[in-house]
Amino acid sequence: MQKILELKRLKKHYPILGGVLRKKISSVRALDGIDLDIYRGECLGVVGESGCGKTTAGKTIIRLHTPTNGSVYYYPEGRGPEGRMDIASTKISALKRLGIRSKLQMVFQDPTTSLNPRMLAKHIIAEPIKVQENVGGRELEGRIIGLLQLVGMTRDHLLRYPHEFSGGQRQRIAVARAIATNPEFIVLDEPTSALDVSVQAQILNLLKSLQEKLNLTYLFVTHHLLVVKYISDRTAVMYLGKIVELGKTRDIFSRPIHPYTHALLSGIPIPDVEHKQHRIILTGDVPSPVNPPQGCRFHTRCAFSVDRCRMEDPDLAEVENGRSVACHRQHEMEKLVSDRFG
Amino acid sequence: MSKLVELVDIVTNFYTYEGTVKALNRVSLTIEHGSSFGLVGESGCGKSVTARSIMRVVQEPGRIEGGSVLVYLDETDETKMIDLMKQSEDYMVDLRGNKISMIFQEPNAALNPIMSVGEQVAESFLFHRKQELCKKVLSELNSPDCKTIYPLRKLLQSIYMAADENPDSFGLKLMSKIPVLKWWRRRMKQEALKQSAEIISKLGIPNPAEVVKLYPHNLSGGMKQRIVIAIALACNPVLLIADEATSNLDVTIQAQILELLRELKQKEISSILLITHDLGVVAETCDRVGVMYAGNLCEVADVKDLFSHPRHPYTRALLDSVPKLSQEGELKSIEGNVPNLVTPPPGCRFHPRCPYRKGICSVELPELRNVGKNHQAACHVLPE
Amino acid sequence: MIANHPRLKELKFTLRRIFGNPLAIIGFSLLLFFIAVAVFAPYIAPPKYEHNPYLMPHKGYSQTPRPPSKQNIFGTTAGQYDIFYGAVWGTRTAFKIGIFVVCIAACIGVILGVISGYYGGIVDELLMRIVDIVFAIPLLVLTMAIVVAFGRGLDKVMIALAMVGWRSYVRVMRSSILTLRELDFVQAARAMGVSNIKIMLRHILPNGIYPVLVMAFMDIGSMVVVAAFMSFVGLGAPKGYADWGQMVALARNYIVGPPDDPLKYWYAIVIPGGCIVLFVLAWNLIGDALRDAFDPKIRRG
Repeated sequence: MQKILELKRLKKHYPILGGVLRKKISSVRALDGIDLDIYRGECLGVVGESGCGKTTAGKTIIRLHTPTNGSVYYYPEGRGPEGRMDIASTKISALKRLGIRSKLQMVFQDPTTSLNPRMLAKHIIAEPIKVQENVGGRELEGRIIGLLQLVGMTRDHLLRYPHEFSGGQRQRIAVARAIATNPEFIVLDEPTSALDVSVQAQILNLLKSLQEKLNLTYLFVTHHLLVVKYISDRTAVMYLGKIVELGKTRDIFSRPIHPYTHALLSGIPIPDVEHKQHRIILTGDVPSPVNPPQGCRFHTRCAFSVDRCRMEDPDLAEVENGRSVACHRQHEMEKLVSDRFG
Repeated sequence: MSKLVELVDIVTNFYTYEGTVKALNRVSLTIEHGSSFGLVGESGCGKSVTARSIMRVVQEPGRIEGGSVLVYLDETDETKMIDLMKQSEDYMVDLRGNKISMIFQEPNAALNPIMSVGEQVAESFLFHRKQELCKKVLSELNSPDCKTIYPLRKLLQSIYMAADENPDSFGLKLMSKIPVLKWWRRRMKQEALKQSAEIISKLGIPNPAEVVKLYPHNLSGGMKQRIVIAIALACNPVLLIADEATSNLDVTIQAQILELLRELKQKEISSILLITHDLGVVAETCDRVGVMYAGNLCEVADVKDLFSHPRHPYTRALLDSVPKLSQEGELKSIEGNVPNLVTPPPGCRFHPRCPYRKGICSVELPELRNVGKNHQAACHVLPE
Repeated sequence: MIANHPRLKELKFTLRRIFGNPLAIIGFSLLLFFIAVAVFAPYIAPPKYEHNPYLMPHKGYSQTPRPPSKQNIFGTTAGQYDIFYGAVWGTRTAFKIGIFVVCIAACIGVILGVISGYYGGIVDELLMRIVDIVFAIPLLVLTMAIVVAFGRGLDKVMIALAMVGWRSYVRVMRSSILTLRELDFVQAARAMGVSNIKIMLRHILPNGIYPVLVMAFMDIGSMVVVAAFMSFVGLGAPKGYADWGQMVALARNYIVGPPDDPLKYWYAIVIPGGCIVLFVLAWNLIGDALRDAFDPKIRRG
């Protein structure tokens, strides 16, 4: 499979200023060094709870935030590994000039705030096209109508304000806006969390079909594990700014290794009465990203931590083909969990 | 099991700029003692409005236009029922927080940021349990090792005895408002704080004695929600209404809170009305489920029956559109949109989106009828 | 024309919201009345001096005001200036003052506010400190200083007011922008590569202008009052100029009449004063109604 993006030790810290002279006293370590390869045509799911850095990861990759450290290598199509570019250190104006800006797009979580309430649907979708190219009049309108039809809407919806649409329709307009410039990679930041359950299914099916039709690569960020299971090929589990487990979605759900993944999966409320739940209830609360614990970040809530966990932060290491886990005791974890929790 | 709360044909309307929103269209359901009832539905279906109609706290511009809410506080005697719609506002004020409590989705909005957490839990006691507190203070004052000097003690004893007789007397109320004189309540407040520390400890919060002094911004989301539950449970209500109480929480914290609610149901409260849009939460926590759509109750059943044999087309479509752990194939979405409740469709409100609709569905609103043991559905067609 | 339909619908909705409020109808009618008076001033009160219609005609130089009579409908004030003439042409003066000052102040304020709010950082800090300094200058003292330096006259007063009046608009606009800047649709525009100027003009300004609009409407009234005060203390319009504040200044010695009939010269004060009150009231009522109409919580049910 061809790589499209490669993240190396990507960090994003937000400084906290304090004192009279507003010096930096500490920082919120939203993203604390992640390594990730994203392949063309796949849907990579990123899950985690609040504060784990998944939204920051999505926004940093497409340069809405400037990374504090690390690199994001973009591999343009057909050019091979030598043609790769570090978009983390490229200036934003250069990104636009080279046309990379239009290849990386994003769909936001809340369709009510992600569309300008004072703009007609037509202008909302036209905006990204007009930034990159000099199209106008009939041709532009034709393209917009084509995009609307791709997302399941009609030309009657052109001349309306966002508040005249329902939540699902607004999200469709947001998707149409994201695919307007023929992107290669789209970050989907919780696109269905603000929608009703029945509309969620519509949007997920739409996203799946668009991915096939337009050969897109998705980074699907969410906290809803069952949605990730439905739509993504691979999944990365994040905790406090680092990836703790990465692998094929099927494998992660059937055989989780990292104790946090175990806890997450066991915590999902299953809409199925027959399913017997063995809840692994984690003690304590999610620590704050300002002061992550020493050593392995999860050790304060982990039932299996040993001395090594308190001192050394484990790296994301490959356990088997395509599966990486960041845990010192990863080889014995399965047995430990089944012994403890049955 | 005996009935606790019975809603009969509740009609609630919202009078807005755009017209009258007919939010609840004759909703009837029954909650029993010692059970947890889950009310599911999408946004706009009226589940929150139902809960608020029970407590009569429907927001402006809404008004409860009809129906009755029958409460059977005495488990053994079914004839001793009270219709909440007919009671005075004073009675309702006494009931809220005392016999029926409600917790909401956003713990940040439910807690006052400038009062310490212990004070907020104590507020509930101070309002509803004045006499109990007075008696406790009196017993403390009367005990031999009371350290207060004699004249002060005599004064306090007389005040508290008067308070015990008639906690709402005008003189006491006046004294509570005047700045210097309201010092007399200090002992009562301390006693209330002690009780709130007890309640907080029951909720699995470590170090309750210290947590009592903290402010809401010192606590995390899960802890805040526990405090909100503590406030709700302070006076041992019979029914706890949880309006999307775990929707904003992370998965692991949500698991904690649901576990907590399960424990509490066995020990402290009698019944819970859980309102949510998450079918998974309902499957795990509730005994009975009601599914609402556009202001109507579509189906009511025991949890097992609903998930294994849903009869109403909307319930089926809803269950099909939710991703499951053993998901095979595509999710089936429900075509169309939720109707505008200012001009709802005639007859059954789901009929424009229903794949099983017949002629009668657009004419007559279906009533709830029995389709199995403790299982009712409101549909003319009732596909197998 | 089709492209206008959704905008027309929006306009109709907004107008309906504004005029759903009975006070707004009162305010608007008052305003319409004043506009009519201002527009038709040459016909209602034909000017005596063709080269300068703002000079109030006066028959004689007697200092005592005369009560309303057939020749002078509202009576005359000290110096025999016709109050009716002054009231009518004063409407034009009031509009000139209010609109000129507020337009300039709002324009400066909005531009600075947008720059300050959007770019943040050192630019924001610097601008905010400058605004703090300007805030520390009392409006009236500054106006007096300018008038003393450059001579009296209504135009000097207007310039002075505009020089300082922009300070509150900057803060209001800036706070509006600080909220809007973080909203998703602005982030989305940045992700698309839209230039900063376009984002400010197309995304931020149309959404953030409402509080400034409301403030501007109410400010028009305040500016007229301040200008009237300036004229009253003798620093504004010259004597005999058709300005409401000036007319009150003329009647300065006749606010209270002789001991046996204190309200004898009521028309000299009440009529020009009443004009000011009604004018400011009109703008305030409309501003209030606008604020209710633009309140996002009530806006869409």
